[in-house]
Amino acid sequence: MELGEVVRRLEIESLYAEYGHCLDADRLEEWPDFFTEDCAYRVISAENFEAGLPLGIIYATSRNMLVDRVMALRRANIYEPQRYRHLIANIRPLNGTTWQDDGTGLDLSANFIVVRIMQDGAASLFATGRYVDRIVRHDGAWKFARKDAVLDSRQIDTLLAIPI
Amino acid sequence: MDRHVPAWPQEGNSRVPYRMFSDPDVYRAELDRVFLGPTWQFLVLADELPAPGDYKTTFLGETPVIVTRGADGRVHAMVNRCAHRGNLVCLKHQGHAEALTCVYHSWSYDLDGNLKSVAFRRGIGGKGGMPDSFRLEDHGLRKLRTDDFAGLVFGTLSPDAPPLADYIGNLIGARIGRVLHGKPKILGTTSQILHNNWKLYVENVKDTYHATLLHTFFTTFRVSRLTAGGGVLIAEGGGNHASYTRGKHDTVGREGSDKLYADIQSMRDGLRLADPRLLDSVEEFGDDVTVQILSVFPNFVLQQINNSIALRLVLPKGPAETELQWIYLGFADDDAAMTERRLLQSNLVGPAGYVSMEDGAVGGFVQRAIVGSENECSILEMGGHEHASQETRTTEASIRGFWQAYRPLMGL
Ligand code: FES
Ligand SMILES: [Fe+2]
Repeated sequence: MELGEVVRRLEIESLYAEYGHCLDADRLEEWPDFFTEDCAYRVISAENFEAGLPLGIIYATSRNMLVDRVMALRRANIYEPQRYRHLIANIRPLNGTTWQDDGTGLDLSANFIVVRIMQDGAASLFATGRYVDRIVRHDGAWKFARKDAVLDSRQIDTLLAIPI
Repeated sequence: MDRHVPAWPQEGNSRVPYRMFSDPDVYRAELDRVFLGPTWQFLVLADELPAPGDYKTTFLGETPVIVTRGADGRVHAMVNRCAHRGNLVCLKHQGHAEALTCVYHSWSYDLDGNLKSVAFRRGIGGKGGMPDSFRLEDHGLRKLRTDDFAGLVFGTLSPDAPPLADYIGNLIGARIGRVLHGKPKILGTTSQILHNNWKLYVENVKDTYHATLLHTFFTTFRVSRLTAGGGVLIAEGGGNHASYTRGKHDTVGREGSDKLYADIQSMRDGLRLADPRLLDSVEEFGDDVTVQILSVFPNFVLQQINNSIALRLVLPKGPAETELQWIYLGFADDDAAMTERRLLQSNLVGPAGYVSMEDGAVGGFVQRAIVGSENECSILEMGGHEHASQETRTTEASIRGFWQAYRPLMGL
């Protein structure tokens, strides 16, 4: 493995770690900064994803839409206090791609488990799935140009407020 | 209800005892009397089963049901319970099959539920097998009546349910027709588990009063006003309704403050969406109705919010648990821009919807709050005591209509 790839892998590892920590620490205002300006972000069930059905539980086609999502969560939407704990692992290139960066970005897949903790302390396995992502190098940092959080289950417990 | 359930409050439909949402006896009774009673319940979109042999499974209440496209090209529905010893016949959510064969002992049914073969019916080597008196034609799957309205297939197990078109009625039927104006194309599905009785969600759907109060997204971002014209249509009998809001389809960045909301903080702050494309809607239905929420008793909902169209099915899963299934629709002749518009507007609804996520939680809040208060009642007096159509949304008339339809079925 050439040194460039080792460095790239570590950078990407760190990107996902920071992404999960940002959401879990309720630093939602910083969450859109992980994305490019013209990003696409979806939370979608595996059932829809695999059937080629486009519908997302969240469906955004710009970073500004993510900014709006956070603003709505802070100012408009009503939901019980809750936190997430993300575990993100098994990061690897999407099938048919490599860790090589040809300058246009990388296609990645990563698994996630999200535990949701309610204000009374009740913790539950809220979501499992995989990210199907495209990252690009922008101003010296990796950003998500596309992120699909593909949920294994079609069922959402109660509601989905905080992004995955 | 016969068993030690106190009489309904004398105020009638403007009071609902909280036990209606938590009592296991009430729940058990309504599975029989409402869901297996003389009501029509949504099963599938006819277009979900395009070819003979296509099938899907669903529920009448908690009773599992198979819906098929038969060899005759018609939609059939049967209880998903083998006539032999009760095993589930179809295990998959949806699929395609030439025949319906139970895995347990291989009894096999045709696509309309008639028993066609019994494994080892004549025994093996002259030993065992079914007695000669056993007749295949006496042991089919239990069949539902099915009927189609505007491409929506409904089913019932009751011979007493009136014809579907009469059950829906002209008033509400016309409001279904205005939304389903083309060949539907499914954009996706989702589902929510709600920790509340199914009737709390149905009441929420019929509750035109809460919309701008619980859901503050539109007012926070200044895109709607309670003063916008609208009202609620309630079918005779009370059970079916359609509420509507009139407006313009150019709601992005609406200027000008509304006196009613002068005291809302965000109006003074001037909050604006950074990317308001999800509010970019086009006139699709030719009548300036921007929002229409429609229900068919007991558990079917058709929603049009701008250009976001969805079917919702409210499935009971116990006295205090409900599955809310969503099917989001476009139409076969939508162009790419229209599909994208519908997908963006779908952010408004569903489990993470800007104007619906609260509905997923509020029923659970009620469910938690009523513990120990089973003999106390909720108050449904907004807009009076009747359950007739009104030209306002600040009313609970359509919720009273639900109870008007529900109580006779339950003997309450
Ligand atoms: S239970 Fe179905 S064949 Fe025996
Ligand atoms: Fe609502």
